[in-house]
Amino acid sequence: MTAYLLKRLVIAALTLVLASMVVFAVMEVLPGDPARLMLGLNATADQVEVLRNQMGLNAPLALRYLHWAGGLLSLDFGRSYTYSVPVIDLVRERIAVSLPLALIALALSTIIAIPVGVFSASRQGRAGDTLAMGASQLGVAVPNFWFALMLIYLFAVWLRLVPAGGFPGWNAGIWAALKSLILPAIALALPQAAILARVARSALIEVLNEDYIRTARAKGLPYRAVLWRHALRNAMIPVLTILGLQFAFLLAGTIIIENVFYLPGLGRLIFQAITQRDLIVVESIVMLLVAAVILINLLVDFSYAIVDPRLRGRQ
Amino acid sequence: MTMRIDLPEETLAGVLAKAFGNRSFLIGLAITLLIVAVALISFVWTPYDVTRLVIADKTQAPSSAHWFGTDHFGRDILSMVMVGARNSIAVALVAVGIGMGIGVPLGAFAAARGGLADEALMRVNDLVFAFPALLSAIMITAIFGPGAVNAIIAIGIFNIPVFARVARAGALAIWPREFILAARAAGKGMTRITVEHILPNIATLLLVQGTIQFALGILAEAGLSYVGLGAQPPMPSWGRMLFDAQTRMVTAPWMAIFPGMAIVITVLGLNLLGDGIADILDPKSRRRR
Repeated sequence: MTAYLLKRLVIAALTLVLASMVVFAVMEVLPGDPARLMLGLNATADQVEVLRNQMGLNAPLALRYLHWAGGLLSLDFGRSYTYSVPVIDLVRERIAVSLPLALIALALSTIIAIPVGVFSASRQGRAGDTLAMGASQLGVAVPNFWFALMLIYLFAVWLRLVPAGGFPGWNAGIWAALKSLILPAIALALPQAAILARVARSALIEVLNEDYIRTARAKGLPYRAVLWRHALRNAMIPVLTILGLQFAFLLAGTIIIENVFYLPGLGRLIFQAITQRDLIVVESIVMLLVAAVILINLLVDFSYAIVDPRLRGRQ
Repeated sequence: MTMRIDLPEETLAGVLAKAFGNRSFLIGLAITLLIVAVALISFVWTPYDVTRLVIADKTQAPSSAHWFGTDHFGRDILSMVMVGARNSIAVALVAVGIGMGIGVPLGAFAAARGGLADEALMRVNDLVFAFPALLSAIMITAIFGPGAVNAIIAIGIFNIPVFARVARAGALAIWPREFILAARAAGKGMTRITVEHILPNIATLLLVQGTIQFALGILAEAGLSYVGLGAQPPMPSWGRMLFDAQTRMVTAPWMAIFPGMAIVITVLGLNLLGDGIADILDPKSRRRR
């Protein structure tokens, strides 16, 4: 098992390093000189040159990459070109919105999807299953930002239960803050739940056909116990894989959803940074999101070993 | 000597009979054909001209004159939804083409060669998968600027590892089979075996994945256009229409409802079609569903 975990760890680290090189390279080829951008149009060539030297922009490519990557490791992302504050400060504020949003959405999606999947699998082919899978087929097809607009119309415009957008900040109290995150979280979660429910169902149906399920039933275990304890655990591997992929999807999804609800999260920040050509901010957010995705996939790999003892013996 | 019959042969009549008995397939096919027909019709006829702005008619609710209502420039939403179908289909189709055209050869090659080539491909795959699709699309459009072509490239790039992975997994399952051994014994090379035996046998997998990626491509295009990185005005696109609708949810909800429904119905149709094809051509998946 140590060998398995070690291999996954090495692959994750390698992917992270390669990803950082890609991000760095992409930002290198982007047009626009940050020094000129900071000084404005009236700056002389000399002034720009001085600032370029100060910012280390004239150093060799490899050196700049190492400097940048080294900074990332110590959470020093550099200073924003437009706000002139450390990027980490900007990012920290925004993560306080985006991360809870993604996590609430992930939790919601799981809480909805697993019971629906179990329900459908245990009633395979019957009316309830057909209905649930029809609904999930529809859910998969709904773009989350359109769903968000419909939710705003229904709950904020029509019923006036929740705010249509904006975020009061965590200082305004947990309840007020959660209230403005609930619609975005639902908008993100339901389409994902639809996918997850389908995966859970088909994984369960596969497992329920196994011999050991018949054995468990034959020795007198009630169906419910077999379903929840034996079958579900064995069906977890594909479910976990999709959960990992979904977290990446949710993180990216927050980028759009935050724009629908005017939430001051990473997604809003990255768009502002792109329009202002604040490349160092773009770079940092992309790296953060990519690192989060890699980390989650690593955790999923590790959790395979916990869920499925057979994997521990292998390799 | 070529050996074409690799799987227990299914007669065309048998497949057709199954197709006509498969509800997913029939509904999916009907919806897909409908959307394609609407897109084609829009080239020759739309109820109104989508480029003409009629301010006097702005934000009108659905009526007999404008079935889906009008937008803030007085343009007919039904006409815009029809023309928007072109854009969605074109972007998603080309993006699938890019993904298949590059991904399938890569995956098939990796499966045939194995070893270092295979390992390298899988690591590159990991790398691309580490970038959430939307994030890389945003980065790509940030570099090259927004527009329909760059949206295609962005979505297409994400499709490459998807098809590489499916082609590789499919091919790996075929290589150990006996008829491949026979082909090798007959002196066929790696490329020839791949083209003559492997690809026909993974065609179903690729077709099913193709419809899934097509549907995802339509969703992705809508998302990119919605944030202003896809098709640019005056070219109508479903995502862009939703962006315009966002600030007018209170006064003109129909501006959001109809383009959104168009996306949902199209994606639903493609997904049903994909499920149906998988059911018909792969008996194993039927048992699972």
